Amino acid sequence: MFRSVLEGPTAQADMTVLVNGAETPAWDGETVAGVLLRVPGAGRTSAVTGEPRLPYCQMGVCFDCLAIVDGVASTQGCLVPVKPGMRIESQQGAREIGR
Amino acid sequence: MDADVIIIGAGVVGAALAYGVAKTGRTVVVLDGGDRDLRAARANFGLVWVQGKGSDAPAYSLLTRQSSDLWPEFRNELANRSPLALDYSRPGGLAFCLSETEYENRAAINERTHNQGAEADTAMVDRAELERMLPALTLGPDVVGASYCKLDGHVNPLQLLASLHHAIPSMGGKIMFRNPVEKIVPVAGGFNVIAAQGTLQAPRVIVAAGLATPTLTEPLGLSVPLRSERGQILVTERLAPILPFPGSGLRQSADGTIMIGATNENVADIGVTVSSATQLALRAMRIVPALGSARLVRQWAGMRVLPLDKTPIYAESLDYPGLFAAACHSGVTLAAAHAAMIAPAMASGHLPDQFAPFSNGRFNVQKCA
Ligand SMILES: Cc1cc2nc3c(=O)[nH]c(=O)nc-3n(C[C@H](O)[C@H](O)[C@H](O)COP(=O)(O)OP(=O)(O)OC[C@H]3O[C@@H](n4cnc5c(N)ncnc54)[C@H](O)[C@@H]3O)c2cc1C
Ligand code: FES
Repeated sequence: MFRSVLEGPTAQADMTVLVNGAETPAWDGETVAGVLLRVPGAGRTSAVTGEPRLPYCQMGVCFDCLAIVDGVASTQGCLVPVKPGMRIESQQGAREIGR
Repeated sequence: MDADVIIIGAGVVGAALAYGVAKTGRTVVVLDGGDRDLRAARANFGLVWVQGKGSDAPAYSLLTRQSSDLWPEFRNELANRSPLALDYSRPGGLAFCLSETEYENRAAINERTHNQGAEADTAMVDRAELERMLPALTLGPDVVGASYCKLDGHVNPLQLLASLHHAIPSMGGKIMFRNPVEKIVPVAGGFNVIAAQGTLQAPRVIVAAGLATPTLTEPLGLSVPLRSERGQILVTERLAPILPFPGSGLRQSADGTIMIGATNENVADIGVTVSSATQLALRAMRIVPALGSARLVRQWAGMRVLPLDKTPIYAESLDYPGLFAAACHSGVTLAAAHAAMIAPAMASGHLPDQFAPFSNGRFNVQKCA
C-alpha cells in the first residue's frame, strides 16, 4: 500500500526480511513498522475488537504496530530497525503466551 | 434543605451508598473531593472476595457472604441503569498455595471461618485437581494446591465506579465532583455541609470520604479509627484467556489483561517501587511460569482504607443524630451490601442492632457508642 521513500526507482534493496514467510525487500534505516505499512495485509488485529490495525504513531505510544519479531510476540515494530533475514509475523488478536 | 441525604465522598463506598439511598426514593447529593485525593476506589484489584474474610470476625464474614450473594442482582440492576460495560463474573476463586506451610495455613483459616457457622463454601484443592481446573496453563513446580471458594468473583472496578456515577443522576441524585467538604456544622433539623462550591443542608449526612473520613467526623466527636496501607499492582498486556478463575493476587480481566498484586506495605508514600514490582512478578511466575514472557504495561500504587481491626466501620453519632460514617477495606466486595442494606438503614436515620458489631464503639467504649 505504501512505498518506502528509501526505495528509489533504481535503488537496490539492502536486505531481505520474511513477512509472514514471504521474502520482502527492506532498506537500512527502516523499522519493522515501516515494512508492515507497505506489505498488504501484514498488520495486526486488535486484541479488543478483532479489527485490523496498522502502525500509527511511529513513536512507541499507540501499540498498533505490535508484531511477532523473530519469535518474540508483542514487539513494538516502530521501535525495532530491520535486520537481514528478520522474521516478521502478524500478531492476531490477544497474544497467546507459551505453556 | 437541599436533599434528604448528603454523602461526602464519591468513591465506591460513597457511590454505592448513594445508589442505595436513591433506590429508596429519597433525594441524595454526593460531594466528592479533588483529583489528587487518595482514591482506593480507582486503584484496587477488583475482587468480589469471600474466602478468608472475617475469619476472626463472624459478623464481617456474614456481611461479606451476604454481599457476595447480593452481587449478581446488584450488577444486573446497575447494568440496566447505565449504558456502560460492567464486566462481572462469579466462577469461584482460588488462593494459590506455594508451600506445604501455606497450604496448611490456608486450610486452618477456612476451618476457623466454617467453625464460626459460615456455610462450608470453601475447600482445599490439591495440585492434581488444580491442574484439571486450569487446563490452559502449566503450574509452576512450587504450587502445592489452592483454596477454592465457590462464592468468589471479580469485577472491573473502574467500570463499577463509572456505572454508579452514571446511575445516581439517572435516579434523581446529584454528584458534585471537585467539591471538597471543609466542615460539617450541626444546625436545627440537620447539618450544614460547608464545601468549596458552597454550603448545602440536609437532615442526614453520611461521611464516606475514605482515609479523609476522620478529619471530617472527629471534630464532631465521631471517631473513625483508620490507618492506610499501600498496595501495588502490576498489569500485563492483553492475553488470550488462560485463567478461568480469579485468584487472590492473580486474575485475568475480561479484557485479557492479567492483574498481579497487591503488596501490603506500611508506608505513607504513594509512589511505586522496583522492589515491589520484582516481588509481585516473581510470585506470579512461581504460579504460572509462562507469565515471564508477558509484557507489563502498567504498575500503580493505591492506599487501602483500613479500620484498625480490618472490619468495616458503620458508625452513628450519638451526639448528633443523623450523622453517619462508613469506612472499610473491600469496598468493592461490600458494594452490593452497602447499596441494599447499609444505605436504607442510614437513610432512615438509625442503624439497626444487627450492625452493632460494626459500630465505632468497639474501639473505645468510653468515648463513643
Ligand atoms: C491496592 C488495593 C487493592 C484492593 N483490592 C480490593 C479488592 O480486590 N476487592 C475489594 O473489595 N476491595 C479492594 N480494595 C479496597 C477498596 O478499594 C476500598 O475499600 C474502597 O475503594 C474504599 O472506597 P472509599 O469510597 O471508602 O474510598 P476512596 O476510594 O478512597 O474514596 C474516597 C473519596 O472521598 C473523597 N474525599 C476525600 N476527602 C473529601 C472531602 N473533604 N470532601 C469530599 N470528598 C472527599 C475523595 O475524593 C474520594 O473520591 C483494594 C484497595 C487497594 C488500595
Ligand atoms: S506505531 Fe505506535 S507504538 Fe509503534
